[in-house]
Amino acid sequence: MSNLTTGKPKIVPITGAGACAQAMRQINPDVVAAFPITPSTQIVEDFSTFVANGQVDTEFVTVESEHSAMSACIGASAAGGRVMTATSSAGMAYMWELLYVAASMRQPVLMSLVNRALTGPINIHCDHSDSMGARDAGWIQLYSETNQEAYDNLVMAARIAEHPDVRLPLMVCQDGFIISHSIQTMQLEDDKAVKAFVGPHLPYHSILDTAKPVTWGALDLQDYYIEHKRGQEQGMRNALRVIQEVSDDFAKTFGRQYNLFEDYRLEDAEIVLVAINSVAGEIKEVIDELRTKGEKVGLLKIRSFRPFPYEQIGQALSNAKIVTVLDRSASFGAHGPLFTEISTAVYNYASGRPLLMGHTFGLGGRELTLRHIEHVISESRICLDKGEVGNRQGMWLNVRGDKS
Amino acid sequence: MIESSGTLAELSPETKLMCERPGTFSGGHRMCAGCPTGLFTKMLTRVSDEYEIVAGNATGCLEVASSIFPYSSWQIPWIHTAFENASAMMSGVEACYRSLVRQGKMRKKLKFVVMGGDGGTYDIGLQSLSGAMERGHDLTYICYDNGAYMNTGVQRSSATPLGAATTTTPVGSEGSGRKGNRKDLTKIMLAHNLGYVAQASIHDIHDLFRKMKKAIDHDGPSFINLLSPCIPGWKIDADMAVESARQGVECNFWPLFEVENGKFTINYRPTVKKPVTDWVFSQGRFKHLKKHPDVIAAFQAEVDKQWAWLEMEEARTK
Repeated sequence: MSNLTTGKPKIVPITGAGACAQAMRQINPDVVAAFPITPSTQIVEDFSTFVANGQVDTEFVTVESEHSAMSACIGASAAGGRVMTATSSAGMAYMWELLYVAASMRQPVLMSLVNRALTGPINIHCDHSDSMGARDAGWIQLYSETNQEAYDNLVMAARIAEHPDVRLPLMVCQDGFIISHSIQTMQLEDDKAVKAFVGPHLPYHSILDTAKPVTWGALDLQDYYIEHKRGQEQGMRNALRVIQEVSDDFAKTFGRQYNLFEDYRLEDAEIVLVAINSVAGEIKEVIDELRTKGEKVGLLKIRSFRPFPYEQIGQALSNAKIVTVLDRSASFGAHGPLFTEISTAVYNYASGRPLLMGHTFGLGGRELTLRHIEHVISESRICLDKGEVGNRQGMWLNVRGDKS
Repeated sequence: MIESSGTLAELSPETKLMCERPGTFSGGHRMCAGCPTGLFTKMLTRVSDEYEIVAGNATGCLEVASSIFPYSSWQIPWIHTAFENASAMMSGVEACYRSLVRQGKMRKKLKFVVMGGDGGTYDIGLQSLSGAMERGHDLTYICYDNGAYMNTGVQRSSATPLGAATTTTPVGSEGSGRKGNRKDLTKIMLAHNLGYVAQASIHDIHDLFRKMKKAIDHDGPSFINLLSPCIPGWKIDADMAVESARQGVECNFWPLFEVENGKFTINYRPTVKKPVTDWVFSQGRFKHLKKHPDVIAAFQAEVDKQWAWLEMEEARTK
């Protein structure tokens, strides 16, 4: 590995995908196995140039599919390496079987996921059907509003995933095209500072240790399977604490504070919107505008969806009068996944009893403009004044043929 | 030692290695009585003193029977993750090894072996195998071919021979077993232009051991297709696995040959050409073919055709 920068952080114009490739270069994983898929391709392409230029020590496995990408990542992780991949949509769907294996083997594989709609029909644009579908796979999921957040989350990822109390794979999610392909300015930290923050990878029962041969991936029947799954669940519960600890240390080192979620003008908010990823930027703009007109509105933006911080979110929503949740994926015949989690958090952990309203938006990259967000907030105000959500519950936003 | 009444000193260096080195694979596993699959696994660590072996397995009989938690028969590092991905998984293991060697974090000499049945190799794992071989990882893939998905209860695979009855190609008023000829995976692997490709049989452990050593010694991808009879799947007696494999080779159904950098060598040439019927009718899976002489004739024609191809290739690459 050569050409490490030493010096001050730089403000750079960069896409979200490019930012993640930079984080991967600075992390310098032992192995990357990946298969190109829009819109995550730039991550793999940029990283290939780092390999070609000798800027990383990484063995880059140009696998023939995403299924093999995740399989190779698990193998490399079992061999004691720090391992990364990047994918989107159908690519992660093709990994599905192995996502569960990575988690159950407690392999801290790191993934940069660029959210894109799952096929059916084929579509290359953003929604969260890929990562939301994988929410039960046992991966830690951190979401990112901007390229800066995607980069920062990835810099923090290894320390969270590899923590001895956690040992779970982790995906950092960003919105396809909206973030992955948009150039924004962000602070690129110094290479050596990132390297020092991330720290070395400590192998765990490496399969290359022939002096202590280990059997990985044994057949687990009725007598042990559930204990191993319970251990996996404990890793996820511990991750809530570890994510916060690593985030606090990141804030001390680099000056940007992250928490399990972001509360934006929440303190006295009567109307609270809950959202994930890039749409939070538009929502904040509308909130700032409406606040000047006296509307008490705020945003709760999810960062950690798995593990889900029910208690903290329930408490944060205790003073809200209405909570309107925007899901960028559908669970057909049911409420969106974010809405159901927020409902659980509010019912069990909020001291107040706000109205709860859920909307679906943005599938396959359909835009949600500032006007749409204003409309959602004014509708929320109407529900609040009426004291009921009524038939507005479960509406899909900005859809032809649907009144919204 | 079988097939030898001499002393150790009279044996070939390879055979001595096979006898003297510690094994890989403990008894007490849950393979069926008479299953020969454990024979080759015991040889893995015996092939060389120059390096150590790290092994990976596709889901299948060998995997489930050898690794029921909290027990394991494996005395070497061993990993399994899924059915169709063993080659990709071991690509990752091998890539990590190369990365660590390059970074000066690993000094030991290691070699990597992948194992799978015909289901995990010919069928669901073919893409993963092809990718790993094409990329040039230092992997030896050993396919133990028993001609059907035996682990799930004898369903046909693309390795199932013509006419064999399986639970998805049953015999009935309209069905006389598997239709069409089996896929020739060894030829597919040859098309990857690997440095070493061989067919072996569990009945000839000297030939098998020599081939395993050659394949694993070889730097780069190599492939062995190993005939390994299945007691319940072939419907043979529990003491007949080795004998049945021998008959399969002697009738040319499963020629023993190796291809080193494109050069073909036939390792066993029957002195008397036997018809396939002796072998076929010794197995319950083919017994219905007595009423289907047309299928037997087609079976024999295919075996003769493939043998002729092999002899031609050997002559061509001499």
